[in-house]
Amino acid sequence: MSTPVVDIQGLGFAYPDGTVALSDVELHIHRGERVALLGPNGAGKTTLILHMNGIHLPQTGTVAVSGLPVRHDNLIDIRRRVGIVFQDPDDQLFMPTVREDVAFGPANLGLKGRDLDERVEQALATVEVADLADRPPNHLSFGQKRRVAIAGVMAMAPEILILDEPTSNLDPASRVDLTGVLDELDVTQLIVTHDLLYALEICERSVILDAGRIVADGPTRDVLGDEALLAKHRLGLPAGLRVEDLDRP
Amino acid sequence: MSGSHVHALYRHGTSPLHHAAPQVKVVAAFGFVMAVVSTPRTAVWAFAVYGAIVVALLAFARLSLSFVARRALVLVPFLAVALLFPIIGSGERIDVLGLSLSVDGLWDLWNVAAKAGLGFLIAVVLGATTEITDLLRGLEALHMPRIVTSIIGFAVRYIDIVTSDFARMRIALASRGYRARSIAAWGVYARTIGAMFMRTYERGERVYLAMLSRVYRGTMPAIDGIPVPGAQWFAAAVFVGSAMAVMIMSRTMS
Repeated sequence: MSTPVVDIQGLGFAYPDGTVALSDVELHIHRGERVALLGPNGAGKTTLILHMNGIHLPQTGTVAVSGLPVRHDNLIDIRRRVGIVFQDPDDQLFMPTVREDVAFGPANLGLKGRDLDERVEQALATVEVADLADRPPNHLSFGQKRRVAIAGVMAMAPEILILDEPTSNLDPASRVDLTGVLDELDVTQLIVTHDLLYALEICERSVILDAGRIVADGPTRDVLGDEALLAKHRLGLPAGLRVEDLDRP
Repeated sequence: MSGSHVHALYRHGTSPLHHAAPQVKVVAAFGFVMAVVSTPRTAVWAFAVYGAIVVALLAFARLSLSFVARRALVLVPFLAVALLFPIIGSGERIDVLGLSLSVDGLWDLWNVAAKAGLGFLIAVVLGATTEITDLLRGLEALHMPRIVTSIIGFAVRYIDIVTSDFARMRIALASRGYRARSIAAWGVYARTIGAMFMRTYERGERVYLAMLSRVYRGTMPAIDGIPVPGAQWFAAAVFVGSAMAVMIMSRTMS
C-alpha cells in the first residue's frame, strides 16, 4: 500500500497541567480520502489536528505526513504539506486584503512576483472568490470569509486539507456552497466536526475521538448507524433521524 | 460590519486625488503640514493662501462641507485648551466683550486654531481619498519599518471585531437588566473591559497559531509596491513647493 498522507502511531499528549489530551492514537489517512473526525466537545480533536502540522510535537508515538516525520527540524515542510482551516475565519484572515491574505502562506514559502500572483489567482479561482481579491476581509460575509480562508490554505498546495468545524455558523445555503467547494478540491481532506449529518453527506469514512482515544473508525454509514456507540460518546443524529432515512441521492 | 470606524474616514470617489499613489499623497501632505507649522503666526495672509489651497483640494476631491464638518469634532479638545491661552496669557491686555484678554494669548489661540485646522483639513483630504490598505502600502513604499505597518494593519483589521465584541457584551449586560446609574456602576464596565482584554489576548493567540500554520517565521511578507508615474511626483513637488515658497516669503517678511 502507498505511504499514507497522515500516519499517526501510538500518539500520546498531555498538557503541562497534566491533563491527558490524547492517548495511544492510531490514525492513517490515504491519498484522496475524505475523512470525518467526530467527537464531543473536549474530546481532543483540535489537539490532534495541531499535531499534524507540528504546532504540538508528539510526546509519545509518532506522526508522519507523506512519510516525513513531524519533528522540529521538518516544520516548514510539514506546514506546507498540511493546510488547516481554523474554525473562526476571523482568526485566519489577518492581512489587510483578501489577495494579501491568500499570498501570506506562499510568500512565506518563498514564492515571489509572477509565481506568487499566479498561485494566488489560482487559489481564489478554485473557491470562486476571484472577484473579492481587493476587498478587506472585514467587508465579507461569513460564507465568503470561509471560502477565502480555504483559498489561503489551498494557495500553499497542501497534501491534506484539514477543516475545523467548517459548517459552524453557516446558513443552509452557504453550507451547500461549501460542499460544492470541497467537492471541487483535488486534495485529501480531514473534516473535524460534530455535525454528523454533514459527515454523512460528504465523508465516506468517519473516525470518532473521545477522551483522547480513537473509539471508532470505519465507513460513515456504519459508524453513524450504531446508535449505542453514538450515545456512549455523546453524539447522535438529530432526534428521530436514522442513517437509513438519509440515503444519498 | 460595513459601518466600520476606520473605513468611515474613506469616501469612495473617482477624482484624480483618489487615483494618486498613496506614497505621493503622504509625502505631499507631510510637506504641506511642515510648511504650515513653520509659518510665523502673524503672517495671516499666508494662512489665507494655505486655506485657499486646502479648500481647492477639498473641492477637487469632491468632499462636501458636511462630510468635513462631521469629522471636525476631533479638533474640539485642542481648541478647548487653546481657548484658555488668552485668559491665562501674560503681557499686554485688551478688552473684548468686557473680558480682559492677553494679546499674546490671542495670537497663541490663532496660531493653534489655524495650524491645527489646516493640518486637520489636509488629513481629511488624505484619509478620504486613500483606502487604509493603500495607505499602509504607501507607508511601506516610504520605508516605514514593516513591523510598524504590520501593527497598524492588525489594528485596522481587528478594531471592528473588538468593538462589535464590546457592543455584544453591553447588550448582554442590558439584557440581564443592567443599567448604569452612577459612577459606582463603572466598576462593571471596568470588569467588562478586563474580560475584553482576555478575549482579545486569546484571539491574538489563535491568530498567531493560524500564522504559524501558514509558515510564519517572524517576518511579514513584503506587500507589493504601487508603481508611481513621474507626473504624480512632479505634481506633489509643485504642491509642496508652492506651500514652501509661501512659508519662506512669510518668514522673510515678518
